[in-house]
Amino acid sequence: MTKLRNFLIVVLAGFAAMAQAQQGPLRIEITEGVIEPLPFAVSSFVAETPGASTYAGTITRVIGQNLAGTGLFREIPRDAFISRVTNFDSPVQYADWKAINAQALITGSVNVASDGRLIVKFRLFDVFSEAPLGEGLQFVGEPDGWRRMAHKVSDQVYSRITGEAGYFDSRVVFVSETGPKNDRRKRLAVMDYDGANIQFLTDASSIVLAPRFSPRGDRVLYTSYETGFPQVFELDVATVQRRQLDVQTEAMTFAPRYAPDGLTVVYSLAQRGNTDIYALNLRNGQRTRLTSAPSIETAPSFSPDGTQIVFESDRSGSQQLYVMSARGGEPRRISFGPGRYGTPVWSPRGDLIAFTKQNEGRFHIGVMRTDGSEERLLTASFLDEGPTWSPNGRVIMFTRETAGATGAPALFSVDISGRNLRRVPIDGAGSDPAWSPLLP
Amino acid sequence: MIHLRKALLLTAIVALGACSTNAGRFGAGGPGAGGSLGAGGLGSISDPTSVAYFQATVGDRVLFEVDQATLTSTAQATLSEQALFLMSNGEYTAIIEGHADERGTREYNLALGARRASAVQDYLVSQGVAPNRLRTVTYGKERPLEVCSDEACYSQNRRGVTVLTAGLGS
Repeated sequence: MTKLRNFLIVVLAGFAAMAQAQQGPLRIEITEGVIEPLPFAVSSFVAETPGASTYAGTITRVIGQNLAGTGLFREIPRDAFISRVTNFDSPVQYADWKAINAQALITGSVNVASDGRLIVKFRLFDVFSEAPLGEGLQFVGEPDGWRRMAHKVSDQVYSRITGEAGYFDSRVVFVSETGPKNDRRKRLAVMDYDGANIQFLTDASSIVLAPRFSPRGDRVLYTSYETGFPQVFELDVATVQRRQLDVQTEAMTFAPRYAPDGLTVVYSLAQRGNTDIYALNLRNGQRTRLTSAPSIETAPSFSPDGTQIVFESDRSGSQQLYVMSARGGEPRRISFGPGRYGTPVWSPRGDLIAFTKQNEGRFHIGVMRTDGSEERLLTASFLDEGPTWSPNGRVIMFTRETAGATGAPALFSVDISGRNLRRVPIDGAGSDPAWSPLLP
Repeated sequence: MIHLRKALLLTAIVALGACSTNAGRFGAGGPGAGGSLGAGGLGSISDPTSVAYFQATVGDRVLFEVDQATLTSTAQATLSEQALFLMSNGEYTAIIEGHADERGTREYNLALGARRASAVQDYLVSQGVAPNRLRTVTYGKERPLEVCSDEACYSQNRRGVTVLTAGLGS
């Protein structure tokens, strides 16, 4: 990842003791279906050096957008504020924040150090308990990494209030699309989770499909037509060097995914019209056949512990979901509702499987437990497909395509509760998103 | 890159409707471009050995039912004609493209397109075409011919297309 930097995380002295004593009630339990968004205020980060004011403004804004964008929080507009925080170390005027019903308050500061690096500090307060929530932290990094520092602050705030890991400091690899529907040009691209910082990884000379990040986020698997036939490729994100995996002339390969250890790739191989799932050992190049049926077997996805694979098959006569051992063997069907099921993706927490469902002319993104029980449909449209999980298993991003001659795909996200459906703002059309793990 | 026969290059281009022409459709990168005959290489429609004749008179494509790869009797009749053409014009090889409509998930449609292309290939072989003259490729739903979102277009997009490539034999 070219933008990847090591951030120095330093606990601000003096707050550790208070944080340990703190057992404030400020908490969102996000297991429930419907919640009232928690009102929060982000005080404008204080620019402590002359060059810091632009960064302070944009970092403050991105933190607000991140938190409000989850649907779990509601940002109180700045013009409602009574207090202004002009000094990061001044005591918080809790009464002023209570008066505008801010339950959480985020304060911060930005410095440009003498070596040119950016120092971003923040604190989180539980206003009604009149106490800090957790320790103050500071992040140090290059100035062009300011967005990542804003995401790191947001992840800290999210995780302290929800008790779950965040997902803001992450990237998404996807297929950027241009051109008419019957001659679409496709390029691999990566972006921040919120659609910012788009970088292209391939040119538009070949069709590319369905990328996936490696478990460490440093490599991408995808399908490309650059040989004239669909074949599985692996690309190094930092160098943009790519190589074809499992080179074969008489077969087509597609639907590649990494095992959780990053050392094995499972994918589909179509030969003589029959598509089955194979595993490729990236160290020794050894190929193992995992399914052996005359039906279509594709779209594999590993369980996070690496022991099982969920995939789709039409062996029953229609597209359905099955789970098998990562070494192959007899699969167990898990989808039994009306319609067709495809593109299963195991959640990073291991408890759910997201999928695409087609039923009565509509497409849905849904989730079910790994045994197929408790199926819930989260979306419905002319064409929704290809879910991918946020690193914390809380949000699903997917492709939504509109109908007709001018129809085009866009990236959408939805909470696994089914709430907070949003379009991810990117320039132009995009499809096949795949979320990275949380960045280090 | 496969070289075109001089004879084909020299033959005048014949105007064909855009919908019935697939040569060159895929631009750079696809077998339809790398191996097929670009504009000017189609030959005359009145020349029964030409690509233009194959496309327009023999028929270069067959259509499939929803989520099916079985050949209809109409498709079988077209493919029998294709087989006769290929056997009497031994200088051609062919890439058979399998396509799907947009009403399916992307990777499933790739597998479905592979199944359709293979069904066409198997039928041509059963009619006497040497297997080493044929290759298959699936495009799934990536290259629709018609762009509306109803059955009138979908039925045209669920197709298997035999794209002739000149030279090399096998």
